[in-house]
Amino acid sequence: MKKIILPVLFGMAAMGVSAPSASAATLDDVKAKGFVQCGVSQGLPGFSNTNDAGDWTGIDVDVCRAVAAAVFGDASLVKYTPLSAKERFTALQSGEVDVLSRNTTWTMSRDTSLGLNFTGVNYYDGQGFMVRNSLGVTSALQLDGASICTNTGTTTELNVADYFRANNMDYEVVAFEKADEVVQAYDSGRCDVYTTDASGLYAQRLKLTNPGEHSVLPEIISKEPLGPVVRHGDDQWLDIVKWSLNAMINAEEMGVTSANVDDMRNGDNPGIKRLLGTEGAFGEAIGVSNDWAYNIIKQVGNYGEIFEANVGPDTELGISRGVNALWTNGGLQYAPPIR
Amino acid sequence: MSNSTLSFVRTTMEVAKAPPASTVGVVGWMRKNLFSSWINTALTLFAIYLVWIIVPPILDFTIFNATWTADDREGCLAGGHGACWAYVEAKFGQFIYGRYPVEERWRVNIVFAIMAIGTVTLAIPSVPYKKWNAIFMLVIFPILAFFLLVGGYFGLHHVETPLWGGLLVTLVVAITGIVVSLPLGVLFALGRRSEMPVVRMVSIIFIEFWRGVPLITVLFMASVMLPLFLPEGVTFDKLMRVLIGVALFSAAYMAEVVRGGLQAIGKGQYEGAQALGLPYWKTMNLIILPQALKLVIPGIVNTFIGLFKDTTLVLIVGLFDLLGAIQLSFTDPKWSTPMTSHTGYVFAAFGFFIFCFSMSRYSIFMENRLHTGHKR
Repeated sequence: MKKIILPVLFGMAAMGVSAPSASAATLDDVKAKGFVQCGVSQGLPGFSNTNDAGDWTGIDVDVCRAVAAAVFGDASLVKYTPLSAKERFTALQSGEVDVLSRNTTWTMSRDTSLGLNFTGVNYYDGQGFMVRNSLGVTSALQLDGASICTNTGTTTELNVADYFRANNMDYEVVAFEKADEVVQAYDSGRCDVYTTDASGLYAQRLKLTNPGEHSVLPEIISKEPLGPVVRHGDDQWLDIVKWSLNAMINAEEMGVTSANVDDMRNGDNPGIKRLLGTEGAFGEAIGVSNDWAYNIIKQVGNYGEIFEANVGPDTELGISRGVNALWTNGGLQYAPPIR
Repeated sequence: MSNSTLSFVRTTMEVAKAPPASTVGVVGWMRKNLFSSWINTALTLFAIYLVWIIVPPILDFTIFNATWTADDREGCLAGGHGACWAYVEAKFGQFIYGRYPVEERWRVNIVFAIMAIGTVTLAIPSVPYKKWNAIFMLVIFPILAFFLLVGGYFGLHHVETPLWGGLLVTLVVAITGIVVSLPLGVLFALGRRSEMPVVRMVSIIFIEFWRGVPLITVLFMASVMLPLFLPEGVTFDKLMRVLIGVALFSAAYMAEVVRGGLQAIGKGQYEGAQALGLPYWKTMNLIILPQALKLVIPGIVNTFIGLFKDTTLVLIVGLFDLLGAIQLSFTDPKWSTPMTSHTGYVFAAFGFFIFCFSMSRYSIFMENRLHTGHKR
């Protein structure tokens, strides 16, 4: 009996995994059900968290809203599935969500062997260090002999080891299981330095007794490009998600904002006219209406706007643009042209 | 006796003298209970010391240093380092209803109200119409609650379960688990003691399987593995998967608790019932189960309380119960302060304590009411 059951089970498992990549036309499914099902985190400040009204907000959430605006012309037609780090890829593979916008690092193994496609980068993250201002340290290279608070068993610990060895410095690790414990240990002075992804440093800084007395050092010691993910095998849907993000970045570069998009639409700039759909048929090429980008910018905003609204200097998180500035301002955000 | 030589015979009783001051009143009680020996004295002083170091900081945090009104984190930070109750106030709706649409929350309120009234009237022995009340609560109420909460019929707006959260999810999971696990557990307990080999084997396999795997694994399998086995497009409501998992899981535990009670019933009770000519189900319903279940009330309530607290595990499959909703709210940068998580956890502990403590007290009340000679 066992001999029969096991192959059947494995067969079912294999079918379950392979079925999504074989089927196509996520766009048709999405249009039929009338909303975009979007996988988000179970709470990461500024990226995807719920506000006082219980609505999801954040830079990752705005990507989902942009996709909905492109497909339906209405950014509110999104349903959110909060996913833990472990379930996120299964949820996408099984078709439970249409797009995964959950601070997911783009790595080669995820892009290739997991059957997923990354559509771009909406936030360039990387591991950083936070220290007390009273320490008088302005660069990570001055951290020789420091004690460092971090989480156990994560890549952050390995990155620190690599960085300190490469620069010939001594250090001592004070590791804890949970992020809250790490913050408390750092706050109470158990260690000189707190390290995790830079976006996390800014979020955790709010939990310190005197956030103003701490600052994040300029060195970033790892690459963590975070971006929206879709399933392998549906190029049309991949294009829609990819260009929804690109449209927001292009809009910022051209100076189109949610406030001036109506005026800009009637202007003469050919690049803007192509972006906003008054010239050419770029929307139709990806299976949506030609005013897709207009809807995104009108309802969600350009990339700069969503950055400022969710994580920027004027929010509680207070993250400066840094590497997430446009390429014209010395950053990394660069979108291929719409033409 | 007339020419008695006694010069004095007392004709009235001497008025009893008050006992020594050191044995009555507060002082006497303290000498008897707190300082009766040097070891008790030491323990008393130690206990007072413990209270002294624990209670004042808790009161300071939760009351004296707490911030009661604020608009965002700045207000709470300015208010010192006590609890930030303003944050609980701002998030209270989410703690109770999750992301259930605000304009539809009256439906949840109605369900809560019916449930509270029904449970309380069922729990108080002197309220009449017990049978009808029980039928209403066990048959009509679940159906009513389902239609009210899910909607989509009778002009009610459909609210899908991913929007449910907070106390609503905690109660739905816990109550479904409790209501399903007791009858199912009784059946499996009887099955395991049955003389029919198939029934017995099925019961043993069921019980040992579910007792052998951790609840967290069950939930994880249900949420991560199950979708891979189902054909694409067939999605099975996540809350439904969790409800089934939790109900089966607690049924296995319940079965073993009930079986403990069945084993305590003497063989004479079974034989007596047989001698009266009662068939199997009548024997069970009239003779055995009433005695057995009464014996294991503490065990049953223990399982219920355990189940109620285990509902917090649904967080790992992305459902936000009371604790999950509170933890989710920690990530709102608007309220992120050093005190936010402490405040949230104090509130969660308070919420869970109310429910678990009431269950515990009610079980003691039932034990006392039903005791028929087993009590020491």
